[in-house]
Amino acid sequence: MRPIAVRKTKLLRGLVKILGACAVIGAGLGWFLTAPDPLDPAFGARLTADPEAGALVFAAGGCVSCHAAPGAEGDDKQVLAGGLAFASDFGTFYAPNISPDPNAGIGAWSLPGFARAVTRGVSPEGQHYYPAFPYAAYQHMQDQDVVNLFAYMQTLPADPTPSKAHDVGFPFNIRRSLGGWKLLFMKDEFVLSGNHSTEMTRGRYLAEGLAHCGECHTPRNALGGLDRSQWLAGAPNPSGKGRIPNITPGKLDWSESDLVAYFATGFTPDYDSAGGEMAEVVSNLAQLPQSDREAIAAYLKAVPAIP
Amino acid sequence: MKSLKKQTLVLGLSAALIATAGYAASHAAKSSNKAVAARHAQMQMIGYHTGVLGAIAKGEAEFDAATVKAAAGNLNALAKMDGSTLWLEGTAQGEVDGSRAKAEIWTDAAGFAAKFAALEKASMEMMNASDAAAVGAGMGGIGGACKACHETYRGPKN
Ligand code: HEC
Ligand code: HEC
Ligand code: HEC
Repeated sequence: MRPIAVRKTKLLRGLVKILGACAVIGAGLGWFLTAPDPLDPAFGARLTADPEAGALVFAAGGCVSCHAAPGAEGDDKQVLAGGLAFASDFGTFYAPNISPDPNAGIGAWSLPGFARAVTRGVSPEGQHYYPAFPYAAYQHMQDQDVVNLFAYMQTLPADPTPSKAHDVGFPFNIRRSLGGWKLLFMKDEFVLSGNHSTEMTRGRYLAEGLAHCGECHTPRNALGGLDRSQWLAGAPNPSGKGRIPNITPGKLDWSESDLVAYFATGFTPDYDSAGGEMAEVVSNLAQLPQSDREAIAAYLKAVPAIP
Repeated sequence: MKSLKKQTLVLGLSAALIATAGYAASHAAKSSNKAVAARHAQMQMIGYHTGVLGAIAKGEAEFDAATVKAAAGNLNALAKMDGSTLWLEGTAQGEVDGSRAKAEIWTDAAGFAAKFAALEKASMEMMNASDAAAVGAGMGGIGGACKACHETYRGPKN
């Protein structure tokens, strides 16, 4: 049971370690620039929710990986009680409870409040979240998908476990200063810019947005921002051991059908099998329609080749 | 306020440096190890036989009951191997060259054994598959067994 929690902790520790620097950028850029970005209070009012479609957004987004209770397996993974610890040099962060419990979780949240949290990284109280929550990728989430996701999450079991407060000291506990980090690193344009076929556009949406492949496969600069010039070119593993592989065509020579098979089954072309954090990503991708796995494969074939 | 900000800056930047320095200290140039080579051979055999079944499941090779039985039977035997000669303590990733075995293999030996047992079961179920579709269905269980163990007990690429 424990190893899962420990592994996630290690992966995210790398992200979290760097957050301290954000406090600093915030101070440098000035208080006024770092005020949270507002979002239309009538968000989603004209859209009809489809919770079944939301289940797929939920799978693609990999919310379970961080928000399930540490060590949960099987159906227990649907209980988003939080509690996973992300240890860092600055203190310890804890994934919050996002189950539909009205007190401990987000059961009392409004749809616009949820949308603002997930796509802007701003809490209902107007505070910035730490980027260990991958909202910089989720900012691309389409309004209809946010609405469906919110509806789906309300069908999951409620859990009364209170969220643990982060145990982070000054100055890293000044959330306002995360605005500076966002200004510098939360780019709203896609890395693979321009117009593309319907399939490629879908693949880009999934890979750069919902499934946030870049959060693991792209190296970061000293301040924790993704180095977009090295997009998906591989990164040190935050655990300190080994590397997360380069998946650009400069390194990975798998065919599109090899990639699709890997996303569905975890098998590589020579029948090795995905491990580490990728095993969970594969479990998520396996729930999507085949056309989505094909779209991600087409996207991966089109990103700039980096050796 | 101004000097406070400056202090914060210094603090934050040095913290960021410390955070990145950790990444560099992760090279492992230790002696190679025969047990590691042997268990890699075990895994290569497992991968090979999974490939035989996978080709049938994908329709790249024709269904043949005897081949399926043989490949699944070998997988079953490989999963049942007594690991005490292969998974030696002190051969985790970082301790010897080429190893991607995680320390959890030894701290949670029962959990590791249970993952091999899951592969044993899935390969047993595959042995009597009567057509390509049944092989395809059985691949789900076999692939799940590989993935579940690699997720928890195998470290990242060196
Ligand atoms: C890589 C880990 C990770 C993933 C994946 C992730 N989250 Fe989170 N999430 C976090 C962390 C860490 C926080 C706390 C951030 C903070 O307090 O600044 C958080 C906070 C939240 C919050 C705010 C909760 C509160 O009480 O304020 C919501 C809502 C949320 N996440 C929803 C989601 C949804 C929906 C998904 C999937 C689409 C998701 N998260 C995926 C790590 C993650
Ligand atoms: C939480 C971190 C994480 C995320 C998110 C992630 N990956 Fe991975 N990925 C990994 C790790 C770690 C590996 C190495 C797996 C192993 O050791 O077997 C990997 C391996 C791979 C491989 C196999 C490469 C090889 O050379 O064996 C491909 C292809 C891949 N990922 C594609 C993707 C795509 C596409 C996405 C987004 C849909 C994605 N990954 C999201 C961590 C991640
Ligand atoms: C009980 C755990 C377990 C199961 C089940 C398992 N593996 Fe492994 N596998 C490992 C570990 C641990 C390693 C890394 C060993 C090392 O580097 O010392 C590994 C490594 C491998 C390798 C790389 C070998 C090499 O030469 O480096 C392949 C290929 C592989 N496994 C394929 C599979 C396939 C395919 C399956 C399922 C049919 C499977 N494994 C099932 C634990 C497992």
